[in-house]
Amino acid sequence: MKQCNELNKPDYAIQSGLSLRIHSLETFGTHDGPGVRMVVFAQGCQFRCVYCQNPDTLDVKGGRMIELKELVEKAVKQKAYFGKLGGVTVSGGEPLLQRDILIPFFRALHHEGINTCLDSNGRLNDAHTRQLLEHTDLLLLDVKHINDRWHHRLTGLSNKNTLSLAAYRESTGKRMWLRYVLVPGWTDQPEYLEEWAEYFTDYKTVERVEIIPFHQLGRHKWELLNMDYQLKDVLPPSETVKQKALEIFKGRFKNVILK
Amino acid sequence: MRTDITAIPFKTGEWNTSLNVYDFVLKNIRPYTGNASFLTGSSPRTNRLWEKVKKELAKERANNGCLAIDTETISNMTAFKPGYIDRENEVIVGLQTDQLLKRAMKPFGGIKLVESAVKERGQTVATRVTDIFNYARNHNEGVFNAYDSEIRAFRSKHLLTGLPDNYARGRIIGDFRRLALYGAAQLIKFKKTDLAGTGGEMTEHKVRLREEINTQINALKDMVTMAAEYGYNVNRPAENATEAVQWVYFAYLAAVKEQDGAAMSLGNVSSFLDIYIERDLQSGLLTEEGAQELIDQFVMKLRLVRHLRPASYDEIFGGDPTWVTEAIGGTLHDGRTKVTKTSFRFLQTLYNLGAAPEPNLTVLWSEQLPEGFKQFCAQASIDTSSIQYENDDLMRDTRGSDDYGIACCVSYQEIGKSIQHFGARANLPKALLIALNQGKEELEGTELIRNIHGLPAGPLEYETVLGVFKQTLRELARVYAKAMYIIHYMHDKYYYERAQMALVDTDPHIDIAYGAAGISIIADSLSAIKYAKVTPIRDERGLTIDFKIEGDFPKYGNDDDRADNIAKEITRFFIGELRKHATYKNSTPTLSLLTITSNVMYGTNTGATPDGRKAGEAFAPGANPMHGRDCNGAIASLNSVCKLDYKDAQDGISNTFSMVPKSLGDSREEQITNLVATMGGYFNQHAHHLNVNVLDRETLMDAYEHPENYPQLTIRVSGYAVNFVRLSRAHQLEVITRTFHETM
Repeated sequence: MKQCNELNKPDYAIQSGLSLRIHSLETFGTHDGPGVRMVVFAQGCQFRCVYCQNPDTLDVKGGRMIELKELVEKAVKQKAYFGKLGGVTVSGGEPLLQRDILIPFFRALHHEGINTCLDSNGRLNDAHTRQLLEHTDLLLLDVKHINDRWHHRLTGLSNKNTLSLAAYRESTGKRMWLRYVLVPGWTDQPEYLEEWAEYFTDYKTVERVEIIPFHQLGRHKWELLNMDYQLKDVLPPSETVKQKALEIFKGRFKNVILK
Repeated sequence: MRTDITAIPFKTGEWNTSLNVYDFVLKNIRPYTGNASFLTGSSPRTNRLWEKVKKELAKERANNGCLAIDTETISNMTAFKPGYIDRENEVIVGLQTDQLLKRAMKPFGGIKLVESAVKERGQTVATRVTDIFNYARNHNEGVFNAYDSEIRAFRSKHLLTGLPDNYARGRIIGDFRRLALYGAAQLIKFKKTDLAGTGGEMTEHKVRLREEINTQINALKDMVTMAAEYGYNVNRPAENATEAVQWVYFAYLAAVKEQDGAAMSLGNVSSFLDIYIERDLQSGLLTEEGAQELIDQFVMKLRLVRHLRPASYDEIFGGDPTWVTEAIGGTLHDGRTKVTKTSFRFLQTLYNLGAAPEPNLTVLWSEQLPEGFKQFCAQASIDTSSIQYENDDLMRDTRGSDDYGIACCVSYQEIGKSIQHFGARANLPKALLIALNQGKEELEGTELIRNIHGLPAGPLEYETVLGVFKQTLRELARVYAKAMYIIHYMHDKYYYERAQMALVDTDPHIDIAYGAAGISIIADSLSAIKYAKVTPIRDERGLTIDFKIEGDFPKYGNDDDRADNIAKEITRFFIGELRKHATYKNSTPTLSLLTITSNVMYGTNTGATPDGRKAGEAFAPGANPMHGRDCNGAIASLNSVCKLDYKDAQDGISNTFSMVPKSLGDSREEQITNLVATMGGYFNQHAHHLNVNVLDRETLMDAYEHPENYPQLTIRVSGYAVNFVRLSRAHQLEVITRTFHETM
């Protein structure tokens, strides 16, 4: 009888004990996806981006565990503030590393009528990722460089998977925003910006492109962690550089936001 | 009887045959559901006028916040010759005295306070005025003749503070629309009918009522005289939009010439005036520029209201506020919105004249407000931090009327039908310390409450503490009720608000508005005692001087029921106790969780508390969580305040919310959308009030260092707005340290 009940459990019900490894929670996020959002920063990342603002989220064994049930409860308590646009964003770190856990989480959020958003580097692209994307209302995909060699230099890994995940998302017809961190000397080459924009220009699911200017607010974290920070002396992009990038992207996309 | 003697083609109804402004509004209001694109800038005349005013305001600031005082005249409606700013450019006329920003003496609240306010400015009250009080009595004198030793002790030991026993109580809102709709002659007829209804066998109630009505009739006659000096005949109703604005302003001006109550609200005049403006616009008598000019100039006048205050007053009401509170928006019972184009025009003054604390613009937030209006409000909040919001859906449902204003800071008042008696507030953390000290006040050891058991040595035990605390609150409520009875009895006797009361129904319903300060400290203190280990540290007299806290405990402001429910339960208990006592004129007790700026003064006068707050540290304002303890983000903080039940604190639950612009979103559009969503979320959960500040802490720091660069910087504090640079240095610092939601 008990087994029977287990089988009949609706798919949005969360098994007890399921936990997500997180770095932190933000209860009034307005910068990661539309509207007012609860932002869950997942812990652990396979990229080693030279400009990472949150190097303390990299270690896959760091952070703390939080039960999915608790996360859903927290989201429900905040639901009133989400309005028509907002909801929950899982960012990181790299959330896809925990995609199996995120599937029931997003399912449960949908059951509560809460919009879901995933902020990812797109490195993992398997059946489980695809299943998670089915429950993801909006994908925020960070395509960090269009040139693979530069992508390697920037993150330690290839951009191949990211591009294939973008193509997959496009094939599903579901919404996506592309994000691009603008780092002087690393990601501001006009020819690559052109190439990047050209690459995605025909994508119909890309609702918006966000340019995120590099800043030095994460520097102290690198020092705190005793990690070698290559961008110590890099300044945030100048107004000219930002406007140039904006101009290039605006030539290819309707909705470009310079953050 | 016909009242539409000017044959204005308004839709007729009950308002034509009886005194019923509400019916006039219902029949003629033109709700507006569009956006702000129709608005215009200020007219050349307004600009010229405002430039002149700004120069005078700068002089006032340079002169330590007071430009001039008339020390010869006792102010009333007809005491001063007409005053003008610049006659050529003034569309709406009338000043409190014969000179812009000159302050007048209204000594019937208390001659002593007037004398000290004048003396502080290096001047002396004329002998002819002081001499009058060798024969006449005043409110202050009457109250202290009736106070008993208990009340005096509670008052001097700061358990009951800010009591309106030496200054005017304020808060009474006249239905200033009545003068415009009916004219004084007709209003006098209505009052005479009421008087005729008080004949027969006399009772104390009837005698008092007869005297009150006749005083009101005289007030209406004086309004006519006052307006006549400016060349207007307010005996008859207003015939066009300009007159409607002018008549309403005259009615309000009459009140602020006669009274200097702490807060003297305007009510909800914007949508009433809109009816006249719309009609004139349609008849081609007025343009949008002209309509905006009327409202700009009306609002300019409201910004210039001044009262004579001593420095001590600044402790409880910092920044020289007048609370010319105007309630804007809301929804009618029939489902139509009360938002009109003039609701927008009032907010537009924040752009045309720049940000300002007065009038205290209060948006009655309803889920059903038109989207375009919600967005314009949010935009104006982001740009000016000059607006507060109150939950119209909640107040309408709980209190019953859809024709109400906000008395003082946050408190509901049906217009023209009921009034309220202001009750200042009780210091709850002080009461807790008295409970922990066998009924003795914690700083000096004076016994204030008898028969409180001493507590055993060692850590405090929750149930025991709750027992003695409730016992203390019970006694506090008893003494508090006595004090209020005496105060309002005497205020009616010596300083009756005849101008406002002439514009209120005869013998109206009255709320007695009690208040409580420090609810967040109570929640955290009791939570600490319950969930951590708290041991009092006592001095040689046995009085608590500090507390040793071991372990962590849930804190109010983090959406944690364990702490939040304590705040809720204590509020419920205290109003329950207050309701047990007799009230003057059978008024109905209500309670506010509000502090104005007195949270700093309360802190100074209160010893260390069991939540870890040190002696002298400021309280959080209103129902706000304590600074820095709401560490789970903005939403959790708002959610905690939402849990306080409005039914237990119908005088208002004030929450002041400050955030940095960037935290609301990247683009201006996003910031507006997100602020609208935030307020929707807060008010949908039955929250009552929200002050919204959108500011960078750095801006405030810079204004603190260089006040001369920020003459109009406005911020919202507990229930009202102030010019930041007019706050004391202590208040400025307190505002800067207050929780800013940066990462939210």
